[in-house]
Amino acid sequence: MAYPAFAAAADSSSVQPGTGPHSTSYLSQGSTSIFSPAATPSHWIFSLSMFVLAITLAIFLIVAGLLTYALIRYRHHNLETYNEPAQIYGSNQIELAWTVIPALIVVMLFLTSSRVILATQDTTKPADAVDVVVIGHQFWWEYRYPKLGIVTANELHIPISDPAHPTPTYLEMSSADVVHSFWVPRLAGKMDVIPNRVNTMWIDPPTPGLYLGQCNQFCGVQHAKMLLRVYADTPEAFAAWVAEQKKPAVENPKDPSVAEGREVFLHSACVNCHTVSGTMANGRFGPDLTHVASRDTIASGAVNNNADNMKKWIDDPSSFKPGALMPPMHLNEHDLNAVTAYMMSLH
Amino acid sequence: MADFVTSLPSLEAIDATPAQKPRRLMTEILYDWVTTVDHKKIGLMYIGSALLFLVAGGIEALIMRIQLAVPHNTFVSPEVFNRMFTMHGTTMVFFMGMPILFGFGNYLIPLMIGARDMAFPRLNAFSFWVSLLGGLLLYYSFIGGSGLYGAGTAPDVGWFAYAPLTAKAFSPGHSTDYWTISILLSGIGSIGTALNIVATIISMRCPGMKLSRMPLLPWLYLVLSNMVFITVSPLTAAQIMLMFDRYLGSHFFDTQAGGSAVLWIHFFWIFGHPEVYILVMPAFAFMNEIIPVFSRKAIFGYPAMVAASVGIGFVSMSVWAHHMFTVGMGAGANVFFVLSSMVVAIPTGIKIFNWLATIWGGKVRFATPMMFSVGFLFQFLIAGLTGVMLAAAPFDWQLHNSYFVVAHFHYVLVGGILFAFFAAFYYWYPKVTGRMMNERLGKWHFWLMVIGFHMTFDFMHIPGILGMPRRVYTYEPRPGWEVLNLIVSIGALFQAIAILLFVINLIRSNYKGDIAGNDPWDAWTLEWSVTSPPPVYNFATTPVVYSRRPLWDIKHPEDPDWNYE
Repeated sequence: MAYPAFAAAADSSSVQPGTGPHSTSYLSQGSTSIFSPAATPSHWIFSLSMFVLAITLAIFLIVAGLLTYALIRYRHHNLETYNEPAQIYGSNQIELAWTVIPALIVVMLFLTSSRVILATQDTTKPADAVDVVVIGHQFWWEYRYPKLGIVTANELHIPISDPAHPTPTYLEMSSADVVHSFWVPRLAGKMDVIPNRVNTMWIDPPTPGLYLGQCNQFCGVQHAKMLLRVYADTPEAFAAWVAEQKKPAVENPKDPSVAEGREVFLHSACVNCHTVSGTMANGRFGPDLTHVASRDTIASGAVNNNADNMKKWIDDPSSFKPGALMPPMHLNEHDLNAVTAYMMSLH
Repeated sequence: MADFVTSLPSLEAIDATPAQKPRRLMTEILYDWVTTVDHKKIGLMYIGSALLFLVAGGIEALIMRIQLAVPHNTFVSPEVFNRMFTMHGTTMVFFMGMPILFGFGNYLIPLMIGARDMAFPRLNAFSFWVSLLGGLLLYYSFIGGSGLYGAGTAPDVGWFAYAPLTAKAFSPGHSTDYWTISILLSGIGSIGTALNIVATIISMRCPGMKLSRMPLLPWLYLVLSNMVFITVSPLTAAQIMLMFDRYLGSHFFDTQAGGSAVLWIHFFWIFGHPEVYILVMPAFAFMNEIIPVFSRKAIFGYPAMVAASVGIGFVSMSVWAHHMFTVGMGAGANVFFVLSSMVVAIPTGIKIFNWLATIWGGKVRFATPMMFSVGFLFQFLIAGLTGVMLAAAPFDWQLHNSYFVVAHFHYVLVGGILFAFFAAFYYWYPKVTGRMMNERLGKWHFWLMVIGFHMTFDFMHIPGILGMPRRVYTYEPRPGWEVLNLIVSIGALFQAIAILLFVINLIRSNYKGDIAGNDPWDAWTLEWSVTSPPPVYNFATTPVVYSRRPLWDIKHPEDPDWNYE
């Protein structure tokens, strides 16, 4: 899985010692500008935006120009002596004109907007579409692929969509707790993720890459660090990723500290919230950890995934995300290192 | 016509105040204010309390901007940051915006329509005190909000408090209850005063003042008061339902038990969007009074201005779901709310064009009130145009809840409404105190405010376009976010200094300002015919008017307005 755009950065973050939790070159790499669209819905919105911006800019220049002219032309310095200017009370023709012209502009903007709304919302799902169920949690994302039997968290992998043979990804979104919102600006507009309700959106980036975003509806203490990472893979890379994810957790590790960590993990409160498939750990309150080591980040994109950060996170999640719902595990140093080693072995 | 003019009664009030006032004890003065039912004193108390809450809300804004000046800042914790934006929004809308608009309305409406007081003076006092109690309860939550001994806490659910974040499961303790109760009380006060304003305007206008001769300020207050009836009621209902959910086991918004989060969103924005128009109506009202006087011309197109105001009032009731383009409504609903939201631009455009036409051909005096009015015109124009962008639903799918939206509505609320209120302060201060505000300080205030405002809110649009959501206590240093946020934060400091100068000017001018006289601006409406400050009874004899500008008629008996209306 090599993406030229960020592979180098990923390497440096995992290799270089002393990389801080916010080694920003990697975490924040890449634009989230709505004006660099990378998929069909965001392209449509971009074109509409440019049209609306052009119209409003023209209106601004005309009206602000007239205002400026009037204020300069009719300013009066001598406050002591002036005769009252001619009093004009109105003019039906002029007022009719500046009612009708804006009305025509409104009709035009309304029709253009409506066209994009209908194109985006009233689509039929192609047979080749990929289905992903997105579940918002305080403060992380759960992704389930019902057709593929995969459950993962925080890093969404989708195949790229060749415009000739579109394979868009349809996201069916709901929330386990409060209202969240899914916003990856370069792929599409946002859609709220609401409990007791299913919302749908679709994305179809044609080029491989990593697309960033974050939760867009205030959802509690750590709303700010509920980040989104969408990996658009080539079909081959996506197939390889799917094959890896479908496997159960890596078993019978040879490293003794990993084996010990596994024991500590399975006999502590971790299993109440986390799943590692193939073991007795089947909690669903927190992210699925079956392949946690295969992810680039932990804590919903807040920090890079390396042994140092993993250890800090298990020891005290509030060191990265104060208010995160995972409690500090209060393990002794030995057990902490062992569990960290186990986590880092779950490729 | 000549005999008509000579038969005009003198509008000069008889000043019955004794030459030397007896010294009074502090407690007597306090008792006087607490028990007063005089519309002018109640108006001033409304304005005074609003200014205190403006300072409180401003400090909360500064704390947020310090925290966001650089990425990964640790100036405040996420919990404190979330309380700050919740308190800032709630304070500014409910305990700054509403009281200050009712304060100006209370003070000015009876004076402008030739009445001696509001229709229901006791209701007036009740409404003020109950609103103030709401604000005090909201701030008491800093001490008592946790509901347990130990550290206090303030509400932290955002000012629109989306369910189910407000449910007991996600918001334990009592901070959300303080928020609910304070807004309930504020709503009761708002409805009381709105009722009072409607009754006053309908039934207490002086002889000759037909609705078509009424100044535009009371007209706009008539419209906004009717809007208060319609919009505050659903908010109040929703707050009661939320309390039922939290304490009586109902499930209106409890999604775990089949309730609906979207129901709350509808309730809130059915209130929330018209509320913005309620807040902006006084700004329109002030512009309608100030721009003509400082351009020396009658307002252009009075009937169209009235029609546009009433039109905005009606249309604004049908636009609320443009706050909900991203909750997953069907295409049909989205299309409808695009149209209804964009239609608002038409009457709003009429207003801007009519102000432009009022200036056109006039003789513009750039005193401080007019400078703030000019600021309003340009900034409100931009705010309206970014509003059109947000009304285009697909554009909103990207911009919704981003910093672009924060910049847009602050352009309306600060660049539009607050600038208009500053204009109104400089314009009517001489009437209220009998002294002029200092022009030099006023110009410093204006320019610092303009610089600070544009540094903050022009640059704030761009992080939104670059993908930065609102309500985040910190952020990753994505391309462009760092430098823009720093500029925005520096602008906030300029605004803070400007407002400090304004407060100094308010206090200092009360003692040192030039004596104003009855009519310092050579204006045309009835409030300028009485002494400054006006006597308790306002008008010694009931005035009679024959046109929209009774003082113009007196000053220009050769060419009175009634010839043209």
